[in-house]
Amino acid sequence: MSAAWETFPHGADIGVRGEGVDLAEAFANAALALTSVITEPTGVRAYREVALACHAPDLEILLFDWLNAVITAMAVEGLIFGRYDVRIDDDRLTARAFGEPVDMLRHAPAVEVKGATLTELEVARHDGRWVAQCVVDV
Amino acid sequence: MMDAKSLTRIGEWCWRVEPHDGMRAPAILYADETLLWEMDDKVLEQITNVTRLPGIVGAAYAMPDAHWGYGFPIGGIAAFDADEGGVVSVGGVGFDISCGVRLLTTNLTRADIERRQRNLADALFARIPAGLGSTGAVVLAGANMEAMLEGGATWAVAQGWGEARDLERIEEGGRVAGARPDLVSDVAKRRQRKESGTLGSGNHYLEVQVVDRVFDETRAAAYGLERRQAVVSIHCGSRGLGHQIGTDFLRAMAVEAPRTGFRPPDRELACAPLRSALGEAYLGAMRAGINCALANRQILTGLTRQVFAELFPGAELKVLFDVSHNTCKEERHRIDGAERTLFVHRKGATRAFGPGHPELPRELRCFGQPVLVGGSMGAGSYVLAGMESSEAASFSSACHGAGRAMSRRAALKEYSGRQVQDDLAAHGILLKSPSTRGIAEEAPGAYKDLDRIAQVSEHAGLAARVAHLAPLVCIKG
Repeated sequence: MSAAWETFPHGADIGVRGEGVDLAEAFANAALALTSVITEPTGVRAYREVALACHAPDLEILLFDWLNAVITAMAVEGLIFGRYDVRIDDDRLTARAFGEPVDMLRHAPAVEVKGATLTELEVARHDGRWVAQCVVDV
Repeated sequence: MMDAKSLTRIGEWCWRVEPHDGMRAPAILYADETLLWEMDDKVLEQITNVTRLPGIVGAAYAMPDAHWGYGFPIGGIAAFDADEGGVVSVGGVGFDISCGVRLLTTNLTRADIERRQRNLADALFARIPAGLGSTGAVVLAGANMEAMLEGGATWAVAQGWGEARDLERIEEGGRVAGARPDLVSDVAKRRQRKESGTLGSGNHYLEVQVVDRVFDETRAAAYGLERRQAVVSIHCGSRGLGHQIGTDFLRAMAVEAPRTGFRPPDRELACAPLRSALGEAYLGAMRAGINCALANRQILTGLTRQVFAELFPGAELKVLFDVSHNTCKEERHRIDGAERTLFVHRKGATRAFGPGHPELPRELRCFGQPVLVGGSMGAGSYVLAGMESSEAASFSSACHGAGRAMSRRAALKEYSGRQVQDDLAAHGILLKSPSTRGIAEEAPGAYKDLDRIAQVSEHAGLAARVAHLAPLVCIKG
C-alpha cells in the first residue's frame, strides 16, 4: 500500500482499508478511505467537528461500528469529513471527525455509502503494522 | 471467474451443486456458459453457504445476474420454514431494503418526448432530488414518520402523492402488513427525516424510456405497452432508514450468533431464528423499511407526474407495476404437493408470480406478474412476465438487473464521466447527474449483457420477455 489508506474492489461495491502503526491510526485511515469513496479527502475543509464514540465486543465489530458511526454522522448532519482523530482504549473508541457541509459542486460526491458490512472485515497486525478493512455498501 | 468443477449441469440453463459438507439442500444456478463463466467464484461460495442455514426448504437459487454480495449473493433466493427452525438473515435482504423498480406508462410517444427532450431532462433533474446530500420535499418526524412506516404507498397516496388505483399495481397493495415502526431505531428515523422522495445514488435512477422491442404482443397489450410508447422507470429503495435498519440488525445478529447455538459458515451470513425475539424484531423493522421504500417510490411518482403535467398538458402516467427486489416475504408455496408458509429471501431478485396467482391484480392475473428488470444507462431495461414454471424453478423469482461486470474502481480508471455523457448524447440519451465521477462508476460498459440475462431468464423458465425499454432521459443519483 503506497498511502496509509486505499480502496479495494468488490463485485458491486467497494472495500476500504486503513493501515497504521497502531490501531487508532489504522481506524482513522480506514475512515479516510471511506471518505475517498465519496470524494477526494484533501478537498474537504475541516472546520466543523463532530465527536463520535462506540464500543464493541471485539475489534472487528469495533471497526464496523466506527465506520457506521461516520456514515451515520455524515448522513444525519449533511457533512463530509476529511480528517479523523481516533483514540482506542481496549474495546472503546472515541474520535473527533472534522469536515464541512456537503458542497455538491466542489465535492461532486460520487456515491452515497449505505453502510459498512461484515464482508472482508478484518482487523489484524501484518509485519508490525495494523490493518483495518471491510467492504462498504454503496 | 467461476470454477465450475463442483457443478453438475442439469439442463441447458441450469446447474446444480449436490449437498456436501454440511449443506442442508442443493444449490441451483441459472445461467448459460458465458454468464456462469463471468460469475465471481464468490457466488458459488455464498450460495452454497446459504444452504447451510437451518430450516432451508427446497434449494438455494442463484439468478442469471448473480454476483458477490453480503452473505447471500446478489441474485440469491432462499426460503425458510419457521416450524423447522428456519432463520431470517439480513444478508438475504440487503442494506437497501425493498429497493425496487416502478414502471409508469404514458400516453406519449417517442416523438412527443424528443420534441421537448432537453426541457424534460432539465425539469426532471431540477424536481427529482438525486445524489448524496439531496433532501426531499417531505420532512417527517414523530407520528408522521410512524404513519409512513405503517402505511407505505397507501400513506403517500393519502397525502396527495398519487391515486388510489396506483395501489392496485404495487406488491401487497402498496403496504406490507406486520410493520413495526416502534422497532426501527431513532438513528434510522433521523437518517430518513429529509430523505423521503429522494432517489439516492449509486445505481439508482429515474429514466424516461421508449418501448423499442416487443417480444410478446399479447402480454404487452395486457400490460398497456406498445412500440414507440414513452414510459418512466424509477429505481430506488428505502433510503437512509433502510440502510440503518440493515446496519442495526446485521450487528445485532452477528453479536447474538454465539448465543443462538448456530454458528453461520461465514460471519457475514449472520441470521436469527424466525421464531426468536431478534428474528421477529428484524421482520417487523424490515417490513417498516419495505413500506418506506413503497412510500418513496410513490412520492417520486407524484413529482414525476407534476413535471409531465407542466411540459405535456394532458399527459397521463399510470403505474404499470412496482416490484421490490431486496426483501424477505411470508408467502404460501406448494412443496411436494403440500402448501406451506415460507419466508422467502430475495436479495437482488424479483418476485415473479406466474399466470393465475391470486395475489396478482385481476386484469393482469391471466398474464403473469410484470417483472421489471433495470439495466445500465445505455442498454435499457426489460419488462418480463412471471411464468407457470417460475414457481417450481425458484419459488416464483427471477433476475433483477444487469449485474456489474467491472468494479467501481476499474470503471473509474476506464471511463470519464464527461465522455460517457457525450457518448450517450450521441445516441440520443440525455444523462443528468450531480456527479461526473458517479457517471464513470456507472458507465454502461461496467455492466453485464442484459439481453443475455433476459434471454436466459426466459429459457430457464423464470420469466418471459415481454418488451425492451430504451432510455431517452436518465436522471442518475
